Amino acid sequence: MTSVAILQIWIVAFFTLALFSFLYKDNPVYKLAEHIFAGLTAGYQVGLVWDTVVIQKLWDPMIYDGKWWLFVPGILGFLMFARFWPKYSWVSRVSLAFVMGTTSGVFITTQLHGLVLPAMKSTMLPLGGGGGLAQAVLAIIVVVGVVSTLIYFYFSKEHTGALGVTAKVGIWFIMISFGAHFGYTVMGRVSLLIGRVYFLFYDWFGTFSEIF
Amino acid sequence: MNLTNLRKITPVALAFALGPLCETALAQPPEAIFRLDRLNALITIILFSFFILLYTHWAKQGKPLFLRKIPGLDAVEEAVGRATEMGRPVLFIPGIDELDQIETIAGISILGRVAKITAQYDTPLVVPVRYPLVLAAGQEVVKQAYIEMGKQDAYDEDTVLYVAGEQFAFTANVNGYMMRERPATNIYMGAFFAESLLLAETGNAAGSIQIAGTARPEQLPFFIAACDYTLMGEELFAASAYLSHEPLMLGGLKGQDLIKVLIIVCILIGSILATFGYGETFIEWFNAV
Repeated sequence: MTSVAILQIWIVAFFTLALFSFLYKDNPVYKLAEHIFAGLTAGYQVGLVWDTVVIQKLWDPMIYDGKWWLFVPGILGFLMFARFWPKYSWVSRVSLAFVMGTTSGVFITTQLHGLVLPAMKSTMLPLGGGGGLAQAVLAIIVVVGVVSTLIYFYFSKEHTGALGVTAKVGIWFIMISFGAHFGYTVMGRVSLLIGRVYFLFYDWFGTFSEIF
Repeated sequence: MNLTNLRKITPVALAFALGPLCETALAQPPEAIFRLDRLNALITIILFSFFILLYTHWAKQGKPLFLRKIPGLDAVEEAVGRATEMGRPVLFIPGIDELDQIETIAGISILGRVAKITAQYDTPLVVPVRYPLVLAAGQEVVKQAYIEMGKQDAYDEDTVLYVAGEQFAFTANVNGYMMRERPATNIYMGAFFAESLLLAETGNAAGSIQIAGTARPEQLPFFIAACDYTLMGEELFAASAYLSHEPLMLGGLKGQDLIKVLIIVCILIGSILATFGYGETFIEWFNAV
C-alpha cells in the first residue's frame, strides 16, 4: 500500500470517528469535521455547477452547437445575481417565479399521468373469487385500503360516524405501510453502518501493520 | 378537419410561431406534439382544473368552506408561542431538495405562514437550506411575511441561510446547530431523505418540540417516531391553505377533495364492473402511456 493510500484511509477514518463522536455529545472534533465537510461541499459544488451546467449545458451548446435560444435560461440564471444589489433584487423574482410556476405545472401532469391514473387502474380489481380465494381477499384488501386511505385525507368533513370509521381503517393501513417502510429502511441504514465499521476494522486497522 | 390533418398542421404552425424552439419537436413523429393516447390525462386535468376553479370562485364569493381540524397544523402557532416564552429560536427546514420539487414549494409556502407568526411574536427564526434557489425563495417569502406584519425592520437577511450543498454535510451542520443553540421548536416541512431520523432524533435529544411534514412514505415513520406532530403526505400540501385560510387556497383544497371523491367513485365502479366481468374499456381508459 502506498503512503498516499494510507494517508487517505487515515483521513477518512478520522472524519468517520469525528462524526461518530457526536453520539457522545457535541464536541470540538465534531465541529471541525462538520465545518470542513460543509466548506468542502460548498467549494466542490461551485466547481461542479460551473463545469456541468454553465459550460456543458449552456456555454458550449450555445457557442459551438448554435443553440442560441439557450440564452433564455441563461438570462434567467443571470437575473439571480441581481440579489447582490438590494435595489434591484426584485428582478430575481422573475427567475424564481419561472421555476416555481413550471414546477407546479409540470408536476400536475407528471403525477397525474405517471402516478394517479396508473394507481387508479391497478386498484380496479375484481372482488370476486375468479382467481381463487387468496386473490379475492388480496383484491378486497387493496380496494378497501386505497379507498379508506383516500377518505382519511378528505378534509371537507369532520371524521365522525361512518366517515370516521372508514378514516380509522385508512390510518391503520397507513400505519401498517409505515411499519413495513420503517423495517426496510432500518435494514438499509444498518447495512450502511456495517460498511463504516467494516472500513474501520479492516481498511483502517489494516494500515496499522504497515505503519507500526 | 380530421385529427390526422390536425397532427400534420400543428407542428408546422408551432414551428412558425416559436421558431427554432420547435426544431426538436419537428424531428420527432407528429404524435409527439399531440398524443391521442394521452387524452385521458388531458381530460382529467381539465376536469380537475374545473373543480378547483369552481371552488376557488365560490371561496372568492365568500361562501363558507369547512375544513376539518389537522392537529399538526394547529400545533404550529402553539409551538412558536413556546419558543417565544423560552426566548429561543424556531428552526424551520423546508426540506433538502431543490425548488423544482413540489414538496419544497409546499415547505416554502408554510415557511411564509410560520414567518408571519414569528414576526408577530418577535421570535428569532432560523431557516437553513441546501440549495441557492431555495435560499432565494426562502428569503423572499420570509421578507414578505415580515413586511406584511409591519416588522420590516426586524427582518434579518441571515434568517434564511445556505448551509451546505451535500446532504450529510447539511445534516451534520444542522445537527450541530441544534445541540448548540437548542431551538425551542423545530419544524421540518418538505422533501426529506435519509437524514430525516438524524435530524428528528437530534432535535428530540435537544428537547425541542418538533413538527414534521413530508410526502415521502419511507421517511414518515421516522418523523412519526421522533416528532410530536407529523403531517402525512396530502396534509403537507393542505397546510398552507389551512394555516392561511386564504379563500383562493381554500378553494383549491376543497376542489382537491372533490377530486378524491371522484377517484373513489371511479375505483369502486371499476372494481364492481371487473368483478362481474365487464368494464375492460372503462379500466383501460386509465392506462398511462
